[in-house]
Amino acid sequence: MQEILTAAFVLQTFRISIPYLLPSLGAVYSEKGGVVNIALEGMLLSGAFAAIIGIYYTGSVLTGIVCSLLAGIIVSILHGLITITFKANQIVSGIALNIFAFGITKFFCKLIFGSSSNSPRVIGLESWGLPFNPFLLICVLILIITVFAINRTKFGLRLKAVGQNPEAADSLGISVSKMRYMGVIISGALAGLGGAWLALDQHSFTDGMSAGRGYIALAAMIIGKWKPTGAALACLLFGLAESFTLQFQSSGVPTQFIQMLPYLLTIIVLAGFIGKATPPAADGIPYEKKD
Amino acid sequence: MREQTANSVSVQLIDIVKSFQAGYNANDHVNFSAYPGEIHALIGENGAGKSTLMNILYGMYQADSGKILINGKEAKFRSPADAIKLGVGMVHQHFMLVNTFSVLENIILGDEDTFRFDVIDMKRSKQKVIELKKSFEINVELDDISGGLAVGIQQKIEILKLLYRNAEIMILDEPTAILTPQETEELFKTLAELKNSGKTIILITHKLGEVLAISDRVTVLRRGKVTGILKTNQTSSNELAKMITGRSIESQVIKKSAGGEKIILEVNDLYINNDRGSLAINGISLIIKEGEIFGIAGVEGNGQEELAEAICGLRKISKGTINIAGIDDFKKSIAHIPANRHKYGIVKEFTLEENLILGREKEENFSNGWILNNKKINEFSEVIIEEYDIRPENSKALMEGLSGGNQQKAVAAREMTKNSDLVVISHPTRGLDILASEFVHRTILEESKKGKAILLISSDLSELLKLSDKIAVMYNGRITGELDPKSTNENEIGEYMTGLKSNKR
Repeated sequence: MQEILTAAFVLQTFRISIPYLLPSLGAVYSEKGGVVNIALEGMLLSGAFAAIIGIYYTGSVLTGIVCSLLAGIIVSILHGLITITFKANQIVSGIALNIFAFGITKFFCKLIFGSSSNSPRVIGLESWGLPFNPFLLICVLILIITVFAINRTKFGLRLKAVGQNPEAADSLGISVSKMRYMGVIISGALAGLGGAWLALDQHSFTDGMSAGRGYIALAAMIIGKWKPTGAALACLLFGLAESFTLQFQSSGVPTQFIQMLPYLLTIIVLAGFIGKATPPAADGIPYEKKD
Repeated sequence: MREQTANSVSVQLIDIVKSFQAGYNANDHVNFSAYPGEIHALIGENGAGKSTLMNILYGMYQADSGKILINGKEAKFRSPADAIKLGVGMVHQHFMLVNTFSVLENIILGDEDTFRFDVIDMKRSKQKVIELKKSFEINVELDDISGGLAVGIQQKIEILKLLYRNAEIMILDEPTAILTPQETEELFKTLAELKNSGKTIILITHKLGEVLAISDRVTVLRRGKVTGILKTNQTSSNELAKMITGRSIESQVIKKSAGGEKIILEVNDLYINNDRGSLAINGISLIIKEGEIFGIAGVEGNGQEELAEAICGLRKISKGTINIAGIDDFKKSIAHIPANRHKYGIVKEFTLEENLILGREKEENFSNGWILNNKKINEFSEVIIEEYDIRPENSKALMEGLSGGNQQKAVAAREMTKNSDLVVISHPTRGLDILASEFVHRTILEESKKGKAILLISSDLSELLKLSDKIAVMYNGRITGELDPKSTNENEIGEYMTGLKSNKR
């Protein structure tokens, strides 16, 4: 036990949680506003690829991060167009965008780097020469901002209203589409940022490197009952599970078992065993004005 | 009209035309005006154009032609937000509340006071609302979560929402439809308060008694046209009814004496849980005999719906028994007119005729057990549509295209013509106009004369008093009073409904 609870282990758990935490907090914004964002996976992957492209061409990590934000935002705008403007099914749109992101990143990877499976190695965060991990700091800041934005601001109140009862919000002169777009775009930016971390951590892009983290992030948000702190805790839990997997790789516990945990937990939560998880009332339902 | 200068008119709608389908004007050159300090009733049948007109005033719809003048100045509303800015607000029939929000959050939503960075200044907002509460004597607890509150209180929240936005012109769409007599009285007090402070109140309603009781003037619409603008103290309910329908209404439906001796429905010591798993029905017993109309009164959410659902087999019973005579014969099923017709009564994507045989498709008339007999179904629908006056008179029309009143008629038609001994009816005339209500009432009485036992759940007490042979009042999942409609009145029922009185256990 002692060797497990070292500072290194704790730090590793936090590091592993980053690519869950950022999209998961993003999902809070999107879903509070009433848009199910299963496209997190694709946003994460696009963000990772865009980060590598940015660094590859400019040699600047910061540019890479900006590119990842943009990539996440572009995919989220697509998701918004399909689901908010054209009112299509949100799950279908999300899955389609995930498949699209998987394909298009591979395609450009081949085109640019001559290999569809991975990019060459690029510099990472170590080039900033910081004594700490800036992404951990960013995560904490975003968590605090999110809690505050959702619970205390005009933006948060209106976002929640649009996710709970869009008709009521509309009757008070609040633009349902505008609020929903904002929620989805913030989730895209955060998921893209999560992708940047994946790429920077690995110093390269590999096809499908998001590896289901977007889905787990969404599950974490559900386990966290659509609350930012809840989502963050659930992400840490998954990070912990994964951390154990690495620790016990040689100890005989099948890694698949531990990898299964997040999904198992999600099912248990959805089945209502850990209190009731109630989504926003209008979550997943496109808003159509009556006439 | 009043001796007032044109300037003091707060609302003027001039020559409004609005059409949703070619060839038919929902509003056909309508003129309307209202003054500050006036309660102005707007009445008319379903589909007469009241809601359309008010939606135009509220910015929800845009008129095809015509002008809106607010305080004498022409106004162009592209959305409700524009209307709110000029002081026009509406309390919708279906409340526009976010259930998970606190009362205060609901009131300030869309018009929040903020510090820097858009952080909401809850203290300042609260202070404002408290002052409004005081000056208009409206009592609500601001920190309560809105969803679980009684409808009367939710309505107060809606009114506070308008006051918070400094609305000077307030439109209320059938505000008393779901209130108890006590709540209605309180609402009227508030409306009088608002009127005295110089607000313009426009009241859409079906209830002529209310019009006469609190309004100053009345505008009557029929088929999109204004048929009368009257001073309330110079008119009568007969005159109004005539203007609404274009003819005089047949006199009161005549009630027959209660029916036979055969017990059709027997409910014994029933316990039922609601969706959240707590007790909705807490030990109810009742007996309905053939030809009897058994009315159930109560504030909504006191177990009436759960009771109806349990009797119809839509909800699990936790304890007790329900016995229905002849239920083993599956052709003699229960007829059910549900409260939530959209959820249980109709399939809105289906045609009218499909909806008219929904659940009855296996009857010999309509199929041979495998294949639908479309010709027979069509013939049946044509007859029904004629008899029940369902519009449009087109059996192939999609259900979602029908107005709420016509959808309700279709459900009533299907269930009433069904071969069953027991009919469970919830709120049969909610949202229906006078003529349609009269028609539904007559149908209910006729069916009971044929020997059907009828369980009638309603929050319209005059309806219950008119039709029922017995009235039971439900409060908190129990029957707290059994009353004789001949010897009771709305006020007494109201006291039982709110738990003030009880003559059982």
